[in-house]
Amino acid sequence: METATQESLISFETHPSQYRHLRLEVEGPIARILIDNHEDGLRPGYQLKLNSYDLGVDIELADAIQRLRFEHPEVGSVLVTSAQEGVFSSGANIFMLGSSAHGFKVNFCKYTNETRLYMEDATEFSGQTYVAGLNGIASGGGYELPMACEEIYLIDDRRSAVALPEVPYLGVLPGTGGLTRLVDKRKVRRDRADVFSTLAEGIKGQRAKEWGLVDDVFPASTFDEKVNERLSELADGGYPNRKGISMDALTPVQEGDTLQYRHVSLTVNERDRVATLSMQVPDALPNIPENASDLGADWFPLRAFREWDDAILRLRFHYPEVGLVLFKTQGALEVVRDMDEQMEAHKEDWFVREVTLFMKRVFKRVDCTARSFFALIEEGSCFAGSLFEFALAADRIYMLEEEGVSVQLTNQNAGTFPMANGLTRLQTRFIGDPAHVETLVKRREMMDTETADDFGLVTVAADEIDWEDEVRLAVEERVSLSPDSLTGMEASLRFAGPETMETKIFGRLSAWQNWIFQRPNAVGEKGAITLYGQPVNPVFDFNRT
Amino acid sequence: MSISSSSIPNNVDLESNRKLQKALVAWQPAFLEWWNDMGPRGYQQDDIYLRTAVSVDTSGWAHYDYVKMPDYRWGIFLTPSDPNRTIGFGDNKGKPVWNQVPGEYRKELRRLIVTQCDTEPASVEQQRLLGDSAPSLYDMRNLFQVNVEEGRHLWAMVHLLHEYFGRDGREEAEDMLVRRSGSEDSPRILEAFNKPIDDWLAFFCFTMFTDRDGKFQLGGLAESAFDPLARATRFMLTEEAHHLFVGDSGVSRTIRKTAELMLEHDGRDVRDFGAIPMSIIQKYINEWYSASQDLFGSEDSSNSANFFAASLKGRFGETDGKSYDDNVALEGCKELQWAENGVLTNHEIPLRRAMNLELADSYRRDCEKALNRWNLNLEKMGMEKRIYLPSNRFNRSVGVFGDAHYDTKGNVITADDFAKKKADWLPSQEEKDYVKSVMVPCRKPGEFAPWITPPRKGIKGNPLDFDYVCFNQR
Repeated sequence: METATQESLISFETHPSQYRHLRLEVEGPIARILIDNHEDGLRPGYQLKLNSYDLGVDIELADAIQRLRFEHPEVGSVLVTSAQEGVFSSGANIFMLGSSAHGFKVNFCKYTNETRLYMEDATEFSGQTYVAGLNGIASGGGYELPMACEEIYLIDDRRSAVALPEVPYLGVLPGTGGLTRLVDKRKVRRDRADVFSTLAEGIKGQRAKEWGLVDDVFPASTFDEKVNERLSELADGGYPNRKGISMDALTPVQEGDTLQYRHVSLTVNERDRVATLSMQVPDALPNIPENASDLGADWFPLRAFREWDDAILRLRFHYPEVGLVLFKTQGALEVVRDMDEQMEAHKEDWFVREVTLFMKRVFKRVDCTARSFFALIEEGSCFAGSLFEFALAADRIYMLEEEGVSVQLTNQNAGTFPMANGLTRLQTRFIGDPAHVETLVKRREMMDTETADDFGLVTVAADEIDWEDEVRLAVEERVSLSPDSLTGMEASLRFAGPETMETKIFGRLSAWQNWIFQRPNAVGEKGAITLYGQPVNPVFDFNRT
Repeated sequence: MSISSSSIPNNVDLESNRKLQKALVAWQPAFLEWWNDMGPRGYQQDDIYLRTAVSVDTSGWAHYDYVKMPDYRWGIFLTPSDPNRTIGFGDNKGKPVWNQVPGEYRKELRRLIVTQCDTEPASVEQQRLLGDSAPSLYDMRNLFQVNVEEGRHLWAMVHLLHEYFGRDGREEAEDMLVRRSGSEDSPRILEAFNKPIDDWLAFFCFTMFTDRDGKFQLGGLAESAFDPLARATRFMLTEEAHHLFVGDSGVSRTIRKTAELMLEHDGRDVRDFGAIPMSIIQKYINEWYSASQDLFGSEDSSNSANFFAASLKGRFGETDGKSYDDNVALEGCKELQWAENGVLTNHEIPLRRAMNLELADSYRRDCEKALNRWNLNLEKMGMEKRIYLPSNRFNRSVGVFGDAHYDTKGNVITADDFAKKKADWLPSQEEKDYVKSVMVPCRKPGEFAPWITPPRKGIKGNPLDFDYVCFNQR
């Protein structure tokens, strides 16, 4: 079975001292992320010319965003700009895309989309406002990245433009949120968006501003000054009272089939195409002190959720054939409940809030992962509050009917972790019965299996006689089904309720993009991606569906 | 309700199997309630001379004694397992057999087992009124023997649902007792099992032709890679043989009586003596044979191909070493003729899609053997009349023959012609009413109704006038 491709070498952890492409500079309340991509990418076969990027660049970007939130909470505004002359970024590297397997392309786009959303999340909830300083051409993904910033400033040098040339040049889409943000976020008129998205050379200067593609344009002579002024205004002195923590590396250890982190373990059964992702909660957790950040990177929820996040990414990229992941937890319900209650009590503390926001992003990462998830609630499980969200994020919940097996809801289930659709997982689960959600979130007692089942929190309740068979049959049956249909089915069932920009990006833009990526007009022998950079034109099949 | 080996003979380690015990605690009382409601009407408190299987070895599988039917010890028996058995056919050929349901085949196996299982209680329901018109105590006893054994087959299949399909299995097992033959709201799954069998010639035809379909279905399942299913159906096949004997000998005795009367009273209508004319017997055979052919499903079937490919259901004798050389069946075709635009046309069905047809062909050969014996008897008696099997194309509503009309020889005919000739081939309501009218009960030991000859010998070496049924209520 094919798992250990070149992608298996990818590590999702990095550190500014190890960056090969970006530079992270922090100066009081202002931070700058400078794009200066090294031509050598994650693997041979393409060169990251013109600040084009691959997954390696995006892993650095995600790291920078995360570190700014935790290690530099004093920062109030973040500039994203280029360190290369005349070019901001030319987007995702086309030769990299052209030489990647379909599954990798899909996961690459998903990861970059998540990273862009993290910038918006930091702007909205962490008081770190992202500003794009386009000191050169911003094309394709190179313009989609700025669109994820709160404000965009373009240098007016009669040369630099913003552009989305994917449709006219490549026969694919600006799939990193570009089309969606154009109309949903920047509110560009749809006919202008249509013109812009088919105009390979893009739009520069005043017109870019008029159309709402950028917030302002400044001449080269004053560009830096103007942008810095704006950064200072937005930072407004920053948050000098916040004391950042230092985030160490996770460095899990591979023991046989198990990847062992401190609190999380990932066991992969490659033969059966099933993995078990498990979180172990310590017997006791420290109380949250006056300055919560004194807890540092070792604090359980931060550490454990970083580990869970890393494991999910490894599953996505390293184990494409593992179709089903079983979620388990071990520990005491009371410990999790206490943790949730303390976090609720300290929610105004910047560090507690950052950890909570991060947990929200990890749950969303699970929601958007194209694997089946079953939560197994057994003896010794501690699916309470925050951890019960893992069960709610799963496609099915199996719960053992036995003395002592319980689940518990906490305040954290009542709105702390909204999904991409803006609703909580409980609201989404009971989309037709809001009153039931109200009842549930007020109910804080432990629930045994029968009660949890009565409240609709359990898919299958089985006693110890049936448990093994129920689970085994469900697991074996699940992994025998078509992976494509399961991906489509799960993505359709997980997000009941309203659309948001975020659900549109993953559910509409990405789904179309992934379809286009499979079509001969893009990747066939004479497709546009295949022939990109070659001296022949693509030949399209002009039948529209 | 205690669940123990003394009340439920078994070789599945029931005493220590908590899963089975849990399932049976609820199911056994429901079964008894069903048996009392839907089992043979009016004879539940009588002593019947029945055979009970108390173990799977040669001394235990046929234990004879008087028993009241509700006290019958329905047991759970599987042919002992062969630890070296490997899968004999399909894509999994050569691998070890499965002792658990593989999740990927759960839905297919469940469907196969549920469909087979549903026929067992259905036939008991269909036959529940027949005791009142039994032509002898001997025949009455045979009816009840068939009924309790269909009940045991229900137990055998339900055991598989209970043991291997978890909660779903228990729900399916419950439904076996909820569906009712002929019910408007919850009928039995297969249509043939929804019409009552209300005369004894129909009962003999049922056990001759429809139970024989069961034999071949069980034979296909006996090859299954899912070993518990293979073992359960193998043991069921030993009992099924008795049901076929009841049908085969029943029709044969009916023919013989008619022939005797025709020879004795040359030229007179046998109806004058309360017997059944040969033409009506032939029409019954036409009707039951064609309805039983329908039970095999379409001759060209992707389901049957899937079942074969997945090694879930094979052909009859798939691995006996004689019947089939090629147990993978990926190559080759079966040729079959059916009507296209009113003309018989040759068709080729890829072998794997033709697995229902393979079973149905084996079935026909088996039926022909019985027909040959009946005709040999007629010949020996000096009769010129012969009984025939209609063509497989005749009177079909399922499969490739279902879209056109054919005569009993298999020639294509128009719908008009079929309507005109129908009364020559299939029993009319008057004829069925006549058959019913001669079904006079015979309750004295050794007495037989005037439309049927006595059998050659009694049960288990007992004489024909043995008290096969002792009435306690009258």
